[in-house]
Amino acid sequence: MSTQTTPQATPQATPQATSQAPSQKITLAKGLNMGLRAAMEHDEKVLVMGEDVGKLGGVFRITDGLQKDFGEDRVIDSPLAESGIVGTAVGLALRGYRPVVEIQFDGFVYPAYDQIVCQVAKMRYRSKGHSPMPMVIRIPFGGGIGAVEHHSESPEAQFAHTPGLKVVACSNPVDGYWMIQQAIASDDPVVFLEPKRQYHGAKAELDDTATPPPLFSSQVVRPGTDVTVLAYGPTVRTALSAAEAASNEGRSIEVIDLRTLSPLDMAPVYDSVRKTGRCVVVHEAHVNLGLGSELAARVTEECFYSLEAPVLRVGGFDIPYPASRIEEDFLPDLDRLLDAVDRTFGF
Amino acid sequence: MADSSPATDTPGTPEAFGPDLAEVFGPAAADGGPELVQLLTPEGERRHHPEFDLDFSAEQIRGFYRDMVLVRRLDVEATALQRHGELGIWAQLLGQEAAQIGAGRALRPQDFVFPTYREHGVAWCRGLDPLRLLGLFRGVDHGDWDPAEHNFGLYTIVIGAQCLHATGYAMGMQRDGVVGTGDPERDAAVIAHFGDGASSQGDVNEAFIFAASYNAPVVFFCQNNQWAISEPIERQTRIPLYQRALGFGFPGIRVDGNDVLATYAVTQAALQRARDGQGPTFVEAYTYRMGAHTTTDDPTRYRLSADVESWKLKDPIARLEAYLRRNGLVDDGLVDTVKAEADELGERLRAGCTSMPDPQPLDMFDEVYAEVPDELAAQRAGFADYLESFEEARA
Repeated sequence: MSTQTTPQATPQATPQATSQAPSQKITLAKGLNMGLRAAMEHDEKVLVMGEDVGKLGGVFRITDGLQKDFGEDRVIDSPLAESGIVGTAVGLALRGYRPVVEIQFDGFVYPAYDQIVCQVAKMRYRSKGHSPMPMVIRIPFGGGIGAVEHHSESPEAQFAHTPGLKVVACSNPVDGYWMIQQAIASDDPVVFLEPKRQYHGAKAELDDTATPPPLFSSQVVRPGTDVTVLAYGPTVRTALSAAEAASNEGRSIEVIDLRTLSPLDMAPVYDSVRKTGRCVVVHEAHVNLGLGSELAARVTEECFYSLEAPVLRVGGFDIPYPASRIEEDFLPDLDRLLDAVDRTFGF
Repeated sequence: MADSSPATDTPGTPEAFGPDLAEVFGPAAADGGPELVQLLTPEGERRHHPEFDLDFSAEQIRGFYRDMVLVRRLDVEATALQRHGELGIWAQLLGQEAAQIGAGRALRPQDFVFPTYREHGVAWCRGLDPLRLLGLFRGVDHGDWDPAEHNFGLYTIVIGAQCLHATGYAMGMQRDGVVGTGDPERDAAVIAHFGDGASSQGDVNEAFIFAASYNAPVVFFCQNNQWAISEPIERQTRIPLYQRALGFGFPGIRVDGNDVLATYAVTQAALQRARDGQGPTFVEAYTYRMGAHTTTDDPTRYRLSADVESWKLKDPIARLEAYLRRNGLVDDGLVDTVKAEADELGERLRAGCTSMPDPQPLDMFDEVYAEVPDELAAQRAGFADYLESFEEARA
């Protein structure tokens, strides 16, 4: 039967190198596009589906050119119905396919919420392993693009709270390239968050012959000694800028890009906090019951005797996402992050 | 606003439209009665139909009879097991045997079924051991059969969600090249089961849209049993359900769901359309939930016993038995044999249910993920130690 025909890719399988030049400068959008292409070349069961992903190449052009090269059966323009997209992807996964679903914007994932948390997340469990759900749900998330409402949200905690799902967030072009391939190779369903503000922003050097770190691992992206800042997705860039600014004033910030939000990879975090004694979490999502709350609790439980100050959280205020003319006041920026860093030295 | 009142000849007032406007908009409701496909009257008389008049063999009809008697016994036994406290709950199929056996027997081995939580008769047709249906209702698992083993999906509790899974699965069949090849051993279709209540769900309507858009090989088989727990069909729809299909761009048909011959014929035709690559069909099996919604429900609070009595006269098993007897296709020997089989099934279900082992506490951690996160492994280990500590205390 078809469910047995699911390719036995291991979650940590080394993604396939593409035939591109060994080293090139790419944007996040390009990295994701190249990663999707590599995954589709590697495994013919990989399908891309969503609204406008075919001819248009997606509203952010992440799937640009894929339908032309892989055909309409593998790059599927769907009707405009998010629950329908995820629900039919469940059926395709049951038939042995590996659907990569694009939700056009974060705020539009909620019509699919039931399918994601009740069906995708639980299918393996309730079937005692008979029905795996190797599905990737890509969600452009976060704010800062001057959009109308429902286009700038950070719903990660809603999914990280759900057993059965894995949740990751990429923060840069190189991670985008590798992580999307690793997520597609995972036999578990992965909610894949992409910081849309950075899609067409700064380029980075990609060496596609390199070996990427495991998908579900956090990485120290800037070493430091005085305070640990935990960030993911769009706030990694904020944290790196803050660390740069702080270093000019003689303060050394260690920045960890969490990358995986469920499961959390806490070992590098604990190592860092035991060293620095201070920890600040920064995300765009609302602070109340956000990822920062869980991180603060875990760091407190594990690093209690190393802490010089309580773990502080910097994030979106506990309000609906505001009108875009004032969104930069809502989003945590370099100054609000540094303000929290300063406060950890006041205890 | 005083100046805004329109003059009587202003376009838009009733006088401005033609005299038959009400008819243009059509009737608010229609019962669709004459369209009901029926091959067997409630009295057990064979009716003929220009399209669906299949030539059933005596053996096939006796098989339907046996199926229906056995699944009714399965239902009665499970209901009794719930009353004895052996099942937490049971969703009864009483009255819907013909709809389920007719649909179930129309399937080929390569077809795939997406059931609700009431498809015990279809499960029976797929060869699933009925004992395995009880685990979910006893609370020992969430339905642990392998969907690939009998091409029969897990029971789905969230109303209508499975219709999207069915459509996606059918889209997978299209990609696998098992639709419209002309090879009867190869061509396959999906059947999605749901009820009249589910027809109001967004997921069901989205499934119709996706299936129509991609011409997916799926039969939407709706058992309209007239009741969604306490809510009558009128709360869900003001037109016959099968007529909704037209608005989505594929055919709909209403069949007498208490007539196993008609249900078989119509479902068979719809499945064949799908297998041939002609796309989705909506089949409304018009039936009646003779029992409660589940064993926790009390239908006397919301429906008249007279209604139930009138539907008893349309009983699917009684009508087939009357037909068999009238035509000399059955004798007391066969009836007794089937009854003995049912008794044996009942005994096996009772013994099997009561001896079904509970899962162990640590089993709850199994199969959450393909790759178990360290945190979860640690949580499980911590709980194991915690449980162990009680054993040590006892020792």
